[in-house]
Amino acid sequence: MTPQKKAVTMSQSKLFRRDRQGKVAFFLLLPTLIGFSLFYIYPTIRGIALSFTNTIDLGTPGENVGFENYIKVFQDPIFWNAVRVTLQYVVINIGSQTVIALGLAVAMDRLTTKTWIKIALLMPWLIPGVSAAMLYRWMLNPLIGVINQFLAIFGHPGYLFFGSETMAMPTVALVNTWRFVGYTSLLIYAGIQMIPKNLYEAASLDGATERKLFTKITLPLLRPVLVMVMVVSFIGSFQIFDTMVIATDGGPMNSTRAINYYIFEKAFEQYKIGYAAAMATLLLIFLALLSLIQMRIARASDSDLSQA
Amino acid sequence: MSISYLQKQKSKISLGKAGAWIFLGVILFISLFPVFWMLRTALSPNQNLFSANLDLFPDGMSLNNFKRILGFATLEEAQAMGGSGASLNFLLYLWNSIKFTLTVVLGTVTFAVCGGYALARLNFRGRNAIFYLLMSGLLVPSMFATIPNFILIIKLHLLNTFAGSVAPFVFGTPFAVFFMRQFFISFPKEIEESSELDGLGVLGRLRKIVLPMSLPPIYTLALITGVGAWNEYLWPYLVSNDENKRVLTVGLRIFLAQSPSTAPDWAGLMAATTMTIVPVIIILAIFGKKMIGSIQLTGFK
Repeated sequence: MTPQKKAVTMSQSKLFRRDRQGKVAFFLLLPTLIGFSLFYIYPTIRGIALSFTNTIDLGTPGENVGFENYIKVFQDPIFWNAVRVTLQYVVINIGSQTVIALGLAVAMDRLTTKTWIKIALLMPWLIPGVSAAMLYRWMLNPLIGVINQFLAIFGHPGYLFFGSETMAMPTVALVNTWRFVGYTSLLIYAGIQMIPKNLYEAASLDGATERKLFTKITLPLLRPVLVMVMVVSFIGSFQIFDTMVIATDGGPMNSTRAINYYIFEKAFEQYKIGYAAAMATLLLIFLALLSLIQMRIARASDSDLSQA
Repeated sequence: MSISYLQKQKSKISLGKAGAWIFLGVILFISLFPVFWMLRTALSPNQNLFSANLDLFPDGMSLNNFKRILGFATLEEAQAMGGSGASLNFLLYLWNSIKFTLTVVLGTVTFAVCGGYALARLNFRGRNAIFYLLMSGLLVPSMFATIPNFILIIKLHLLNTFAGSVAPFVFGTPFAVFFMRQFFISFPKEIEESSELDGLGVLGRLRKIVLPMSLPPIYTLALITGVGAWNEYLWPYLVSNDENKRVLTVGLRIFLAQSPSTAPDWAGLMAATTMTIVPVIIILAIFGKKMIGSIQLTGFK
């Protein structure tokens, strides 16, 4: 076959295929599109619509009440408290998680390549949120939990943990740091592996100390990865829910009634569907904005890395 | 002078290294100890938890707690062990969890591969529009969608059915489709083009050429989806709370609610918690190495 002839048959076959490709693509995408329409598009429209109604029964739609739910939400002290305690949770969780994970990643990079260490660090990530909460509810039991029993050896009276208004949310946050710190450290570790090793070699030959290597090479080159990891963790962290279900029920005194837990209670325990939908819509707007910022950063950090 | 400087450097480094090892060791201990303590409590009789509460291996360890939460002990036996006597069948919940997770993983991976491939490789009208529409789904928080989804499931008469419990997950998520599409876009076109000359159609190419070479990202997607499904609590709690349809996470919550608050059945609760974790540890023991590689793949797609 001459080259031209081959080219002609190729393009003819491509042309023929393009027609058929539309059909094939339609069938390949059909399940995704069905699922997406039913469980993403429909609920988004319905969820926003519900927020303008006074629906109090899951079976029957309520009447239109305009912005009444939103006005009530903005006047609801428990809502503002929920925002406050959620932010408290996020700051403690993301702060401790990122710092420890960064330390772990650097330590693993400099000390060891043993896989079992990484596997062990990953394990808490695989444990369901409700199970982790149950585990800590037992270990942090004020009377017979292992932590307070251990403290008692030193004559320490122990803590109330989940039972204390001031300690409950920090405790919940640290439980989730326990769950996610290993996973996060593996992500950061992968980021460190992308930093060219010869940078370190050159710097140590010039007499740079470990600390200098960390502050002058690792941290600046890791910044985009760290920012990404933190933003993604933030979006997940803001939606904290499972731990409260087992550990605190939102108490004591609303101190762990985070925004997602409050929405859940309003919708599925008090059946104030319209009201819950209004809060959920505000959550949607807030997290969507955050995600858009994250995508922006992702694009920016891509170019950062390619420059490095 | 230079020698002493070098020595100083060296001792500083080893001191720092020792510190880093200690840090690593402490975090490892903190990661693993709670799971050990859970097992230790699950194997102890309730009566011992008050007296010998710091012993690493207390007397009277047995599998009795597992026996009763799996439904193999009589009511009297269970109550004698400190249980409430309420009917619990964690063996059934375990099976329900496995069924739920496998269905969700199978559906998600299959449909994400199909959809991702179409969006990455096929030419058709509206491809970009569909892609951006799907990506907008990444912005929808799960609690927001849960309210209208629950109403939908009631309307479809799927409450308390297995179909209802997997429905929002089994078609895959926008993330899953996006993840596979990103991979297929980077898949070398030449390999496919050469097979096109062999007369393979789109589906034949996908099945015979592309799929066998796409296993690592597929494993990664299966892992992330599997962990998410296994840990899922809220949706199964709302949609399949029936005794026969309960998954482990929901069973655990019900068990806690039934346990007397004055003298909680901690040994039983820890045995139940163990049931939610053991399968995970088995998976980790078998696929641990692969998982580590997988996670490092997800970070930077």
